[in-house]
Amino acid sequence: MSRSRLSARLAPYYLVLPGWLWLALFFVVPTFVMLSVSTQTGDIVSGFKQTFHWHTYVEAWDAYHVQLVRSLVYGLVATLLCLVIGYPVAYWIAFRGGAHKSSLLFLLLLPFFVSFVIRTQSWNFMLSDNGIVLSPLRHLGLIGSRFHVLQTPYAVIGGLTYNFLPFMVLPIYVALERVDRALLEASADLYASSREAFRKVVFPLSLPGVFAGVLLTFVPAAADYVNASILGGAKTTMIGNIIQTQYFTNLDYPMAAALSFILMALLLVGVFAYARALGTEDVFEVNAR
Amino acid sequence: MTVQEALREDTAPVRSRRRSRTRWVLPVWSWLVILWLSSPIIVMIVFGFNDTTGKFNIRWQGFTLRWYRELFTIPDLTQALVNSLSISLIVTVIATALGTLMGVALGRYRFRGSGSVNLLLFANIAAPEVVLGAALLSLFLTLGVARGYWTIVIAQVMFSIAYVAITVRARMAGFDPALEEAARDLGAGPVATFFRVTLPLIMPGVLAGALLVFALSIDDYIITSFNAGNTVTFPLWVYGASRVGVPPQVNVMGTLIFAGGVLLALLAAVANRRKQA
Repeated sequence: MSRSRLSARLAPYYLVLPGWLWLALFFVVPTFVMLSVSTQTGDIVSGFKQTFHWHTYVEAWDAYHVQLVRSLVYGLVATLLCLVIGYPVAYWIAFRGGAHKSSLLFLLLLPFFVSFVIRTQSWNFMLSDNGIVLSPLRHLGLIGSRFHVLQTPYAVIGGLTYNFLPFMVLPIYVALERVDRALLEASADLYASSREAFRKVVFPLSLPGVFAGVLLTFVPAAADYVNASILGGAKTTMIGNIIQTQYFTNLDYPMAAALSFILMALLLVGVFAYARALGTEDVFEVNAR
Repeated sequence: MTVQEALREDTAPVRSRRRSRTRWVLPVWSWLVILWLSSPIIVMIVFGFNDTTGKFNIRWQGFTLRWYRELFTIPDLTQALVNSLSISLIVTVIATALGTLMGVALGRYRFRGSGSVNLLLFANIAAPEVVLGAALLSLFLTLGVARGYWTIVIAQVMFSIAYVAITVRARMAGFDPALEEAARDLGAGPVATFFRVTLPLIMPGVLAGALLVFALSIDDYIITSFNAGNTVTFPLWVYGASRVGVPPQVNVMGTLIFAGGVLLALLAAVANRRKQA
């Protein structure tokens, strides 16, 4: 009897163990290894040695704070655009979708069936100077010959907004879908206009979805470098591009590791503060459904 | 029809006048957004039929099925696609198995340390991709592990487990532990109980998680590129080609993957609906 009770108590640990080990070995340990790499000195030929050279962080900030701040700004602008563009869509599907809700959601998710890189590449193709959008406009004389979209911040932020929009719409939709319709009846009975009902009832109840959407959009958008390298130019370089270049072109691993750490610290501290403010469980639940 | 839906229909005429403006603004906006979201897909599909010559597939030059016939004429691209498909299959199997076990534990039991496991999953999902990729690369560089096919598998399983665990955990919310106890009382061992009682009951969650992993894995660029070495997957190949001009075969492969994914999703939806009815 006591043996079976003991094994029942251990059961969850057996179940968690394999996945936990994988994450410990390939997610937690590497994070500490990266921290250790970031304070090493040396070069690729003679090797790197641990010298606790924390000054690399200062150097990293001095050299690349422009790209770091730019990434946060691009990420923030893209997130706000996603919110403004996506909220009405989520609202429309949740409240007016009727029998077609799942079909409409499916249409919204269609881009996910095409590779992220191909989608971004497709925008490069459409927005190129001789592409199918700009060359007709130029022929009509609506834009000058010096007008470009590619290699500008607009192209990069547009690409980020495009690629992460569904991550914003879905959690907001889930939150709106859960709003009890009887509350709307109640507010109408109490002579609230539909605008007031939205402002005082529906919008506050959708906030957990908005928070989750902001989280799911901002982190990947700020850390992305695919959009910046396919749609952007030299003046739109983001921190992800720098990290990639430091690892693969400059082979300056300590600098690359320090930059990754600064990026992660900035984003994770923000995320955890954010999650704390509304309870981790809440973010998780919207995520999961 | 639920009570809420009935209520809504009941009061709809009263409100219709007040909402006449939002009535068309919202749908027009939403359809424009949907059109915007699908435009690169439409372009991808259409230009897979473009009778282009030379390296750049930019201008429409007439309809052809040539690229469908010559789909596998670029050996590197074909190899990349094969790599992507086989890696995604392996990753899906491993990540679904590990994630399901975690999800069952978190959804079924209250145990010491479950909070920190949840935190680990949350941190894994919240951490930016470039950092996950860079950290794992730091480990491989420090240990002197050569990057290639299997390091891609390791990396992709690492970012996939949490998604399965959370999907399965949500599915466990409606699980009745008495069913497991009944199986044990009837003499089933823990392993038999898991495979014959627990697993069938949470199968929809497991399948949803597996599909999600396959989609994430076959599409991943950032983490994969950090740990790929000289092995090339489909997204990596397309990214590399984007500087010199993407051949129409990429459009065709993208179209076929798109069609396959949509078909699979529709089948799953139909099967789900039939089960509920």
